[in-house]
Amino acid sequence: MEIGLTHYLTVAAILFTLGVFGIFLNRKNVITILMSIELMLLAVNINLVAFSTYLGDMVGQVFAMLVLTVAAAEAAIGLAILVVYFRNRGTIDVEDVNVMKG
Amino acid sequence: MIVEQITFYIFAVITVISGVLVIGSRNPVHSVLFLILAFFNSAGLFVLMGAEFIAMILIIVYVGAVAVLFLFVVMMLHIDFSKLRAGFTRYLPIGCVVGIILLVELILVLTTGTVDFNIPKNVISQIPNPEAISNTEALGNLLYTQYAYLFQIAGFILLIAMVGAIVLTHKKRNEVKKQKISDQVNRDPNTAVTLHKIETKEGGTWKSD
Repeated sequence: MEIGLTHYLTVAAILFTLGVFGIFLNRKNVITILMSIELMLLAVNINLVAFSTYLGDMVGQVFAMLVLTVAAAEAAIGLAILVVYFRNRGTIDVEDVNVMKG
Repeated sequence: MIVEQITFYIFAVITVISGVLVIGSRNPVHSVLFLILAFFNSAGLFVLMGAEFIAMILIIVYVGAVAVLFLFVVMMLHIDFSKLRAGFTRYLPIGCVVGIILLVELILVLTTGTVDFNIPKNVISQIPNPEAISNTEALGNLLYTQYAYLFQIAGFILLIAMVGAIVLTHKKRNEVKKQKISDQVNRDPNTAVTLHKIETKEGGTWKSD
C-alpha cells in the first residue's frame, strides 16, 4: 500500500486524540496539560504539511511555521504563568486556580 | 517504495508510542523526554513529506527551546507529583470514552472514503521542483513576499511573548543594592545636609546622633 495522505492524517488524528486524552487524564498537572497542547499543535502541523504536499501547495508550510511560532509563544507564556502561580501558592494544582472567584 | 513505507511506519509508530508515554508516564521529566522523542520522529515524517525546512525548524524550536523550557520548569519547581496524579484513575473512564469516540470518528472519516480528497486544486503557490529550487528557498520566496505581513506579525507575537514572560516572572528583590538615578537626582540640600553647632574645643568628642 502506497503511503499517501490518509496515512499522515491518521497519525495526526491519533496524536491529536492523545493530546485530548492527556488533558482529561492529567486534570491536576498543568505541565502535562501544556505538553498535551504541544502534542495537539504538532498533530495540526502534520495535517498542514501533509495537505501541503498532497496539493502541491507551498502555503501549507508557511502556515505550519506560523503555528510553530504561536506554539512557542504559548509555551513560554504558559510556563511563566505557572512559575508565578507556583511562587504564590506553593503548588501547581489546577483544582484551586479559582481562588480569584468571588 | 518499500523503504519509504518502512521508514514511514517506524517514524509513525515511534511518534505515537512516545505520545502515549508523554501523557502516561509518572515522572514529568520522562514525559518531557518522550515529548522530545515525539518531536524528533515527527520531524522525520516531515522530511518524508518533503518539508525539510519545517522539519529542521521543528527540531530547533520545539526540542531546542520549548522542550528545554519545559525541562527547566519541571526541575526548577520542586513539586510533589504523586499528589498531582491523585485524580488519574478517576478521570480515566471518561477520558477513555471521549478519546476512543474522537479517534474512531476521525479514522472512520479518513479511511472509509466519506471525504473525497479529490479537492479542486486552487493552488496558490506551486511547490517548485526540488531539484531546481530547494524547499528552504521556496519557503523564503513565499514568506518574504506574499506573506511578509504574517511574518512580521509572527515576530510581534514572539516579542510580546518574550516581554510578557519577563514581566510575569521578574521578581523585585530588596536585598540587592541598585542605583536609583531618580532618587539621586531628586535629593535636595534640605534633607541631605544637616548642620550641627559644635562647641569650641569639643569637636573631637562630638558624636553624630
